[in-house]
Amino acid sequence: MRAFARLLDDLSFTASRNAKLRLVRDFLAEQPDPDRGWALAALTGSLSFSAAKPAAIRKAVEARMDPVLFGWSYDYVGDLAETVALVWPARPGANREPDLAEVVEALRTATRGQVQPMIEGWLDALDADGRWALLKLLTGGLRVGVSSRLAKQACADLGGVAAPEVEEVWHALTPPYGDLFAWLEGRSARPSADTPGRFRSVMLAQALDEAVDFARLSPDDYLAEWKWDGIRIQAVSERGERRLYTRTGDDISHTFPDVLEAMTFEGALDGELLVMRDGVVGAFGDLQQRLNRKTVDAKLLKAFPAGIRAYDLLLDGEEDLRGLPFTERRKRLESFVSAAKSHRIDLSPLQPFETWEQLATLRAAPPEGDPRIAEGLMLKRRDSLYEAGRPKGPWFKWKRDPHLVDAVLMYAQRGHGRRSSFYSDFTFGVWREDAAGDRSLTPVGKAYFGFTDEELKQLDKFVRDNTVERFGPVRSVKANRDFGLVLEVAFEGLQRSTRHKSGVAMRFPRISRIRWDKPSRDADELATLERMLETP
Amino acid sequence: MVKLESLLCPTPAGLYCPPGDFYIDPVRPVPRAVITHGHSDHARAGHGDVAATPQTLDIMACRYGDDFATRRVALAWGETLSRDGVDISLAPAGHVLGSAQAVIRWKGVTAVVSGDYKRRRDPTCQRFEPVPCDLFVTEATFGLPVFRHPDAADEVARLLRSVERFPERTHLVGAYALGKAQRVIALLREAGWDRTIHVHGALLALNALYGRHGVDLGPIAPAGDAAGKLPGEIVLCPPSALADRWSRRFADPVSAFCSGWMRVRARARQRGVELPLVISDHADWDELTKTLAELSPGEVWITHGREEALLRWCELRGQPARALALVGYEDDAE
Repeated sequence: MRAFARLLDDLSFTASRNAKLRLVRDFLAEQPDPDRGWALAALTGSLSFSAAKPAAIRKAVEARMDPVLFGWSYDYVGDLAETVALVWPARPGANREPDLAEVVEALRTATRGQVQPMIEGWLDALDADGRWALLKLLTGGLRVGVSSRLAKQACADLGGVAAPEVEEVWHALTPPYGDLFAWLEGRSARPSADTPGRFRSVMLAQALDEAVDFARLSPDDYLAEWKWDGIRIQAVSERGERRLYTRTGDDISHTFPDVLEAMTFEGALDGELLVMRDGVVGAFGDLQQRLNRKTVDAKLLKAFPAGIRAYDLLLDGEEDLRGLPFTERRKRLESFVSAAKSHRIDLSPLQPFETWEQLATLRAAPPEGDPRIAEGLMLKRRDSLYEAGRPKGPWFKWKRDPHLVDAVLMYAQRGHGRRSSFYSDFTFGVWREDAAGDRSLTPVGKAYFGFTDEELKQLDKFVRDNTVERFGPVRSVKANRDFGLVLEVAFEGLQRSTRHKSGVAMRFPRISRIRWDKPSRDADELATLERMLETP
Repeated sequence: MVKLESLLCPTPAGLYCPPGDFYIDPVRPVPRAVITHGHSDHARAGHGDVAATPQTLDIMACRYGDDFATRRVALAWGETLSRDGVDISLAPAGHVLGSAQAVIRWKGVTAVVSGDYKRRRDPTCQRFEPVPCDLFVTEATFGLPVFRHPDAADEVARLLRSVERFPERTHLVGAYALGKAQRVIALLREAGWDRTIHVHGALLALNALYGRHGVDLGPIAPAGDAAGKLPGEIVLCPPSALADRWSRRFADPVSAFCSGWMRVRARARQRGVELPLVISDHADWDELTKTLAELSPGEVWITHGREEALLRWCELRGQPARALALVGYEDDAE
């Protein structure tokens, strides 16, 4: 438990992805089975215990100390698990500290009545960090900034294999993953991935470089389709198992019962998960209403019905199609989708073209309907096999040019980790005219990348030299009609938002240029942004 | 017995002793002052007579210059100074070098003003000495049950483990210039770190002062003199320098911060600290309450910090107590 507690503690304060990977990899390398396996299960969200409830834990601590003092402590700390971990009265001569495996195995078999005394015994035996880790484990949601993808990457690093290799076998494995570690440490063969409903590593596209690629590629070799603005999913229905995976192999089946129900086919589809109302695609914001939910109610299912726009077929019945060229798979996909006969599953249509110029025109001015809110175009080579990873050449994504707006820097916040000495998170605003005709800046977004290290230094200096006020780690920067720094901000889309004062929210904003030359009063107006709003 | 309020009373300038006509740790210039320790919120320049331990006087001279007071009265441990029938002596408080509790005796009544204190071992200063008393005036900086400091040696071990794990990065350790920095250095030495420790310029004078008072800190060098970016090395600096432009000279620094506040994650995150080290020179909740239980004085007064929780604890135990709500002391600085 001690090593696991230390790992969670270190991870919770580490910002850099590489440092996190190293922490997890080292932990997996140093800790014995089955402790490390249970830890991996906890990190990837594969463990949950229903018997332990926060309310019971609160009751237990209030039985051991003055509830008023506990209340003040909770007010100060603000997090129940952390407060309990800190205030739990130490009991000298308490039991031996439990191992992680001991805790997990006991919880998996315990009845509700048995759980409470067990937890109290462990809290007595652990130190503050150990108690915190235990309570985080019990109440679910470690929130230490580790995605299951990162955890799998750390496994891959441990074994010196590529991440897709781990992702492919992942769903055939169960905690505490003894067979996985045996393989990664070269003590046994790779575990079999042949379980029904398993995930197959996806094929990804490269970004198209217009300046280089068109000159060397022939339009005759490629097929084009829209790049839909949802999330990439893999829908697998195999020998009675139905699963919906994200492109990194996270199982999100439970969030989309409506889609799962429609998967009456036998096979594995590659496609885009979208909100679809009578075959019309909703904006990304609609889909967001459905993502990352633990439970879905009938109202939500009705208001935001989800479906799949299919663009590839990996498995048809029992036949693996990944070794066939794209044109072959496409033919099979077309009959597969029409045989599925579901209003929740449709086909991503191909867009015929003859020259790159024609395609560019199409991308610049998409026709009425769904293509209007597509992210751009996809190009797939006719003969491309379905290869895991991001092979160079067969598939390209050609995104729409981003929207650009000139905004004025208003606030800056200190960054984290490597950037902690820099003001690197920038809030920017545009002009808004009120009823009296006065123009003032209203914040419309925040961006913390898009600039080079050298530009960051210049931005940091500008913030320090022109600070008006400080609020903790945030500084407000001089910005008015006559003075201010204009930032050209690029973003992918704009949605109405009730949470933002300006009424708009940008998607994926980044700083594309610093306009040292542009007077602040010439920055854009809110009205300009409002005209860009996506109308789904 | 005389009333305690006639011996000591809170005033806007600080805690005042009317029969002896002196203040303890006054926050404004006064004619006569007793200073418990050298931290700047307790020891200010501009008083007339200043009575303190020789170490504290030395620290004040180092920070404010030789003319920080009109007259210095050095009180060694156990030595007594009489003022108009009031006997003043100093007992170790275990907070920083030279830190003392002011022990005031008058007409058979003993009052002890703890200043800031801790009960744990600290290789750089004398350990707290409990003095039986009728009135104990305590601090309450960490007066909430969430503050339970772990063993400082374990925290230093965490720092060394991180250095081992990230040998390509500089470990930049924020620690207050008086007391904390020297204690961390001494603990690093005890843990076997015998390499040169690089320090920010603001720490040099006080490190040297500790050395003159017999605290051996091992090889120290100004970080500014270092040729490279000091990967794999430990650099100490005042907390304000952690996120300062100064920190950019080092190799992808891991920022560590030594403070009792680091016990609470949100506080550590707020500061953008990557390696919070819970090392404090104040008593934690257990030390505060154990000290009160041990001394069991007739009355407890609480000067500054989170007094309401400590008051509540006293109330539950039937220990008479009141909060003075003195202004001018920094609750958050550590």
